[in-house]
Amino acid sequence: MSNVEILVIDDEVQIRKLLEITLQSHDYKVLQAATGKEGLVIVASHPPDMVLLDLGLPDESGHSILKKLREWYTKPIIILSVQSSEEDIVTALDNGANDYLVKPFRTGELLARIRTVLRASTTEPENPVLVFNDLQIDLAARVVKKNDDPIKLTATEYSLLTLLAKNEGRVLTHHYLLKEIWGPSYINESQYLRVFVAQLRKKIEVDANKPSHLITESGVGYRFV
Amino acid sequence: MVNIIFHKLNKPAQYFICIFVIVAVSAICYSLSQFIGYRIVALILLVSVSLLAMFFDIFPVMVASLLSALIWDFFFIPKKFTFYIDNAEDGLMFFMYFIIALVNAVLTFKIRQIEKEANKKEEKENMLKLYNTLLNSLSHELRTPIATIIGATDNLQTVSNKLSDEQKNILIEEISTASFRLNKQVENLLNMSRIESGYIKPRKDWCDVEELIYGVVNHIKENAITQTIEIKIAANMPLVYIDFGLMHQVLYNIVNNAVLYTPANSIIQVEAAYSKKVNGHFNVPFNNVVRDTEVDLLVITITDNGKGFPQAEIKKVFDKFYRLKNTETGGTGLGLSIAKGFVEAHNGTIELENIASGGAKFRIEIPTKTNYLNNLKNE
Repeated sequence: MSNVEILVIDDEVQIRKLLEITLQSHDYKVLQAATGKEGLVIVASHPPDMVLLDLGLPDESGHSILKKLREWYTKPIIILSVQSSEEDIVTALDNGANDYLVKPFRTGELLARIRTVLRASTTEPENPVLVFNDLQIDLAARVVKKNDDPIKLTATEYSLLTLLAKNEGRVLTHHYLLKEIWGPSYINESQYLRVFVAQLRKKIEVDANKPSHLITESGVGYRFV
Repeated sequence: MVNIIFHKLNKPAQYFICIFVIVAVSAICYSLSQFIGYRIVALILLVSVSLLAMFFDIFPVMVASLLSALIWDFFFIPKKFTFYIDNAEDGLMFFMYFIIALVNAVLTFKIRQIEKEANKKEEKENMLKLYNTLLNSLSHELRTPIATIIGATDNLQTVSNKLSDEQKNILIEEISTASFRLNKQVENLLNMSRIESGYIKPRKDWCDVEELIYGVVNHIKENAITQTIEIKIAANMPLVYIDFGLMHQVLYNIVNNAVLYTPANSIIQVEAAYSKKVNGHFNVPFNNVVRDTEVDLLVITITDNGKGFPQAEIKKVFDKFYRLKNTETGGTGLGLSIAKGFVEAHNGTIELENIASGGAKFRIEIPTKTNYLNNLKNE
């Protein structure tokens, strides 16, 4: 059994049970809290390696729990949310959540997200060459290759690609990407993002209309895999 | 039909028309008074009042009957130009005229009211019928997957030792399919209630039409389908300002509908274009110049070469819970009404027509801001 401890904060006992079985069968230790307050107490007394936080809690909204946790808790938090609440998801991600899952979710998806955020939080030293199947990004030499053929990218395209690639598997919100690449005053100018994502896909994807690397998370942001 | 139109007129208009008709009829009678006797005039006026009673509310008609009685008395009964009636017979006639005119007004009004109530009752009954059919279809659509899940889990719990691994896997597969079906139905119902409650506020953002359409089509192609889907997007398509998620759902529902109800190997075409449309005009203050406001339109058409829709039902396909007659079970009849609701949340329109060469064509028009960012290429 690994020593990774995951705290599940969800008021639904069925979901907690399901998550407990799923996570335990993949060698994670599981802690449980049925309310936000209980969750805060557990995190304070016995900080876990990761938190799965439901946004719709009965006692206090998940958003407010998230904010309180992020005042000092730096390890990964994944949000569980219901369908059709893109706004909630974006708010949570902007408030420091590392990723999100929409209920109902596949357990395979859950485990993949958990692995991704755990990996990102542990392997700090940066590997200078990132490899994604057919795609190679050499951060030191600033060279991008598709099937060993160098690709010509503009400066903005390159910054966008590397920012996404360094956060492999994680969703990055529109606001975050705009702020990082174009600056804080461009935070609502999503048209730039659309144009550059389309251009980037034409260069790095095998089929730009069926992207396999640069994935759209509708209404939320982009994810690089 | 006429009845309804006149009824919708506002009160002042009704009074005006009643008075005008009586005055006009009286004037005509007066000009012919050397040919017709004043008692005939009474009958002509009475007929006019009766006709008015068929179309207008009770008070305007009562005013008409009162006015006609007074006019008859003043202009027609000897001595003319006085309200004085000099013989008992004419007095009695005037009195009876007045009563008949009033009774006429009241009775016609009552008949109309009864008619209205009968219509209302019929409407209510129709609503109830519709409600029952949709409740039936709904409970069927929800209960079938629930029954599958309960039955399959029962088997796994109680007779597990008698089941082969293969049988267990089949049951698990059934539970999984049923859950997804149930989830889809619930999603549909939630979307429908969002539309009904007027809660939908599109979260508009800049959107790449190519990405939107390919995304939908890739999603649909995940299920093995026999149809060919062709995509055609206008050259230099600008970015449009819409809710990506809602429009994805709209196009998914329509294209998926085409996939479900066209014969194998049909061809479905999804085309996107844009155009300008004059939206209205306004006066510029001070110099009073008239200017037209233009909006950009995103136009998406989905055309198939299937059998098309029965002409009689084509208007109903967007009604919620409406399902074409003689279609197989499955589907709640919500997909197209959700599509319509989401399009309308964008102030857009959606139309369906059969095309001459066979097949159906959906046309969606969404007014939107557009953005051409072609000068960024070398940044």
